[in-house]
Amino acid sequence: MEEKGLSVIVKTVTRWLKGFIFLYGIYIVIYGHLTPGGGFPGGVIIAGTFILITLAFGKEYALGKMGKLLASELDSIGALLFLLIASMGIYFTGTFFTNFIEKFHPTGNFRLFSAGIIPLCNLSIAMKVGASLFMVFIIFAVVRVVFEDGKGKLISTEKEKK
Amino acid sequence: MIEIIVGLLLIFIVMASIIALETKDLLSAVVSFGAVGAFCSIIYLLIGAPDIAITQLVVEVLSLVILIRATIRKDLTTIDEDRDFFGLVATLAILFVFFLFGIEALRWLPEFGTPAFVLNSSAPTNRYLLNGLKETGAANIVSAVLLDYRGYDTLGEATVLFTSILGALAILRIYARKRRK
Repeated sequence: MEEKGLSVIVKTVTRWLKGFIFLYGIYIVIYGHLTPGGGFPGGVIIAGTFILITLAFGKEYALGKMGKLLASELDSIGALLFLLIASMGIYFTGTFFTNFIEKFHPTGNFRLFSAGIIPLCNLSIAMKVGASLFMVFIIFAVVRVVFEDGKGKLISTEKEKK
Repeated sequence: MIEIIVGLLLIFIVMASIIALETKDLLSAVVSFGAVGAFCSIIYLLIGAPDIAITQLVVEVLSLVILIRATIRKDLTTIDEDRDFFGLVATLAILFVFFLFGIEALRWLPEFGTPAFVLNSSAPTNRYLLNGLKETGAANIVSAVLLDYRGYDTLGEATVLFTSILGALAILRIYARKRRK
């Protein structure tokens, strides 16, 4: 594990910074309805953490932290959650994408728990975008890793044949 | 009128998809796949969803095609003979027509520094800025527009992202499986 990836300096700095970057992404998502930000940029920052880990420590370490199966599951769960929140508007008020929580239980403005379904939508979109961007990076950077079907487990790494 | 244009574009999409499936050349397949995305984005523009049109154009046409071309170095097509005269003339003519349309479009733009919604008092932006906080409770007006007023657009963007990743995974997994044999 130690000889894979970039130099010791990059690894040490990454080990210190990755938590802060991840925390910043979560902050951007959770405060998306109050400060500039939201699901898409927050998800991109969260995916950036994993891309940084992949670049610094090598793909085997990053895939051990967040497997391909977990990424696909988070991707699908985020998309389905977003659809479910949108469809619950039909159930409660009869219109798709109604902000039903804000309509029935209005809270004060400029507070963390406010704006009804918007923070929930931000969370689901962040899950979706973060997982899918990490998957895009893995797919395109690590094309030659052969995955076992269904399990998402790493079985072998092929060298590029030129 | 719009229905006819959308129908024509749908026929083009089906044709381009069949070409992408049936052709033996990988470059032609990728280019016709990009044509599918471009026609889709024109349809989105026509039915009044410019956000999804931009997302579709960027994600599917640019990122997917360029990234696939950049990462898979198999079946690279190179042209050895010189560029023929007719092709050069056609390129210059198309560029000239684009230039004329660009000049014409520049004249329609509002004066520099004027917000576009000031000119049109019935633009939805006015309502978003006036009633956004009261109606949605979100202090960040961008989030309010993205997830409350224009929720369909966000759903479409999420779908575009989801579908492109599904396609990339499917294509590259078959590639990896073939390599193993």
